[in-house]
Amino acid sequence: MKAAIVAIASLAALTALALLAPQWLVFMAMLALAKGVVVLGLLVLMRTGLVSFGQGLYFGIGAYTAALLSHHLHVADAAVMLLAGAAAAGLMAALLGLLLAGYRDIFFAMLSLAFSMILYGVLVKSAALGSTDGFNLHARTFFGVALAPGVERRVFLIAGAVCAVVVALLAHRLLGGHWGRLSTGVRDNELRVAYLGASPYRVVYVNYLIAGAMAGLGGALAALAVGHVDPEMTYWTTSGEFVFIAILGGTQSILAPFVAASIFEALRTIASQYAPNVWQMSLGLAMLAIIMFLPAGLWTLAERRRRSA
Amino acid sequence: MSAVLTAKGLQKSFGAVRAAADISLTFDPGIVVSLIGANGAGKTTFLNMVTGYLRPDSGQILFGERDIVGLSPRRITKLGISRSFQIPQLFNSLSVRENLLVAESIAAMDDPQAAADETLARFELAPYAAQKAGLLPEGIRKLLDVSMALSSRSKLLLLDEPTSGVSADEKFAIMDVVMGAARVAGVTVIFVEHDMDIVARFAGRVVAFYDGSIIADGSPDTVLRAENVRRYVIGEEIPHAAA
Ligand SMILES: Nc1ncnc2c1ncn2[C@@H]1O[C@H](COP(=O)(O)OP(=O)(O)OP(=O)(O)O)[C@@H](O)[C@H]1O
Ligand SMILES: [Mg+2]
Repeated sequence: MKAAIVAIASLAALTALALLAPQWLVFMAMLALAKGVVVLGLLVLMRTGLVSFGQGLYFGIGAYTAALLSHHLHVADAAVMLLAGAAAAGLMAALLGLLLAGYRDIFFAMLSLAFSMILYGVLVKSAALGSTDGFNLHARTFFGVALAPGVERRVFLIAGAVCAVVVALLAHRLLGGHWGRLSTGVRDNELRVAYLGASPYRVVYVNYLIAGAMAGLGGALAALAVGHVDPEMTYWTTSGEFVFIAILGGTQSILAPFVAASIFEALRTIASQYAPNVWQMSLGLAMLAIIMFLPAGLWTLAERRRRSA
Repeated sequence: MSAVLTAKGLQKSFGAVRAAADISLTFDPGIVVSLIGANGAGKTTFLNMVTGYLRPDSGQILFGERDIVGLSPRRITKLGISRSFQIPQLFNSLSVRENLLVAESIAAMDDPQAAADETLARFELAPYAAQKAGLLPEGIRKLLDVSMALSSRSKLLLLDEPTSGVSADEKFAIMDVVMGAARVAGVTVIFVEHDMDIVARFAGRVVAFYDGSIIADGSPDTVLRAENVRRYVIGEEIPHAAA
């Protein structure tokens, strides 16, 4: 009930933003939504106690799938691109997950990083995909309805908002019930999970798959927002950004990834205007401050206020 | 009556340590059996082999008619053998109730919430329901561990030292709750125990381990009085002349 109200309110606010805000803000909001979806997927995975330092792999697959559809197959529908991006990433996660679900801790983190770097290497070397420059994409319709030039991004933001809200509601349901408890069980004590008759491997596998598909959806959203894809999307700094945003927001709430991603994008926009040279350093300092003072993420601030109120 | 569990010629070595040297045992349904033996005698190793955590070097383990050697702990749990641990294995960041909900949901109960509440009541855990498992006193952790094992509706319940790490005056209370719940569930119970008063009170049969072998097996009266058990298990000083 509460979730439904939050969902409707978010949708209304984002629609208003999409219709009324200046272009730059629409663009920023869309990137924040795209990253929020990726980070929410990461949160699902983190419930089992595992952090992937390679979500850029699926982010990139989602983005390139959307772009390839547009550029090479002349599919011009944004909705098809989004679905295909999520599906392609999910498919790859279903495959790699078979291997990764058997690993834990630093081995899992490094292996996930390794796969993302392989894709990065392949993309950089592929002249047909524009090598380091990447290439452009252009969506002309949305669910078959033609998009008037100039308003595409505003429509995409509404589409992105719908995707994000649907995904967030699903994640909320998933993590709030048996699956969420079982995932925490895997994080706490795999031996007990096995001795209750369930498979920790399977739980990790499914959560990895979900995280991959969500990163793919986020990638396709980002590709639509920017209108361009390049290998940077799969680079380890991109993956690191997702982990950063996850820690920034904390794992307490389904909303945290979106709030944190918005703050992150806002900071980046400001920093790139006024202090382009110290952006990385500010990131580092922010990370330090959060780990020291708010180990459970920004969400602890909201919780503290609620408790003292 | 056909046996619930049959072990035939189990052997297991860790390097030079023989943790099981030709263990053969048969367990009839519905009884309560206690495994006793000094530290390192091989009691936990036996439970680990039965539940698939360790694979015996040789020998057979039949659950009913079925050979279960080589199956994973998960498969064996699903077949109907569950266990508690010497050191309770819990989900420390979840509440007591959530721990049980995980267990009941895996066991695919129609109504896990109701099943969890029932278990909470049966194990007298209701006052702790909302507390995080990681912060519980040891006696309560032990009870929760056993209650989770029983959630899987198994036919055979293995308990590894259900009262270790618990103060002497709590031990009997805990065993009363555990055995009461086991009786209601109708499971066969095999429990490892160091406290001979508990053994005498709750076991219908006692198996004594020494150095990976069985040195006595029978009713509590006979086994607890046997001289080699008193010497090697209970650790009494027995004058050599009498030996
Ligand atoms: N996984 C293992 N690796 C190496 N040695 C082991 C392993 N498990 C048990 N052992 C050894 O096997 C022997 C039997 O151990 P086991 O844990 O079965 O004893 P126990 O009867 O349960 O003792 P306690 O009463 O102390 O729990 C011991 O010498 C122990 O050190
Ligand atoms: Mg032991």
